[in-house]
Amino acid sequence: MRSEIKYAFVRTVPVLLGYLFLGIAFGLLLEKAGYHAVWAFFISLFVYAGSMQFVLVNFLSGGTGLITAAVMTLLINSRHAFYGLSFIEKFKKMGKLRPYMIFSLTDETYSLLCAERAPKDLDENKVMFWIAVLNHSYWILGSVLGSVLGQLITFNTSGIDFAMTALFVVIFIEQWYTYASHVPVYVGAASGIASLLWFGPDNFILPALLLTVTVLMLLRPKLDGRKGEEAH
Amino acid sequence: MNASEAILIVAVTALCTQLTRAIPFLLFGGKKEVPGFVTYLGGILPPAIMVILVLYCVRNTGWTAFPFGLPELLGILAVALLHIWKRNNLLSIGGGTALYMILVQFVFR
Repeated sequence: MRSEIKYAFVRTVPVLLGYLFLGIAFGLLLEKAGYHAVWAFFISLFVYAGSMQFVLVNFLSGGTGLITAAVMTLLINSRHAFYGLSFIEKFKKMGKLRPYMIFSLTDETYSLLCAERAPKDLDENKVMFWIAVLNHSYWILGSVLGSVLGQLITFNTSGIDFAMTALFVVIFIEQWYTYASHVPVYVGAASGIASLLWFGPDNFILPALLLTVTVLMLLRPKLDGRKGEEAH
Repeated sequence: MNASEAILIVAVTALCTQLTRAIPFLLFGGKKEVPGFVTYLGGILPPAIMVILVLYCVRNTGWTAFPFGLPELLGILAVALLHIWKRNNLLSIGGGTALYMILVQFVFR
């Protein structure tokens, strides 16, 4: 048992750094929006979705409707639905741990689990479980830390919300490198800008997302054969 | 927004997030074949959504009045260049955010 935790810890060190940093940024933003450490703790415990939680801060500080919140969450996190496809068989063998494994399948945990080849003398299921638990705890720790720091910090934090924009830009560049076709990017950008001009800043995101899905479905005969995603 | 409205929003976000993670196991947990359009969208949607999220972040920027969105544009440019150069998430996000904070607090006031 102990050696599995130790091994999992070493594997998760890069995520530890990333989650602490982003978690702190999230906690700071949440604190700035008027929600304290208890909120940060429970949101990170129950929602546990990096980029979505940054969007959630916007929901909480402005008056976003429940339907908009629901549809945005479903679409923004829709990529998680595709992560699960790779683990249907593997998680079946995990018994009681299975629900937690499904719950905690974030981008980072997914990429670690994909790459995981545990040594033979360790129980692979336990290793996967501890990787998931450790990552989750780093995220909670970071966001509570950020929230507490936010209360203590006295310097001018205005502009710190740009961390969310920066996060999305970074994810975007990583995807740009991974994907063979850039057509989806152009479709997303065009739909987004068109909706922004047409519907204005407060109502643009849903039409933009729906328009993107529609256009990409129409382009399917052209794009599907070429495989948007490169084998990696 | 009062506390109960906030809790409701958090709960909806949590449930929908869980739904997206549970869907493949609910639908294809048996031996059912994954439909082609699902695989297609899965492969193609993420970068399109990320661009829209970047637009979402700058949706309230005033492009027609001072400072004409310059802090946002320069910040995004810095993040992109740092990331293309080093490909280190912390450096790109930290550096870009620091620059943006300096720009909005000291340069374009």
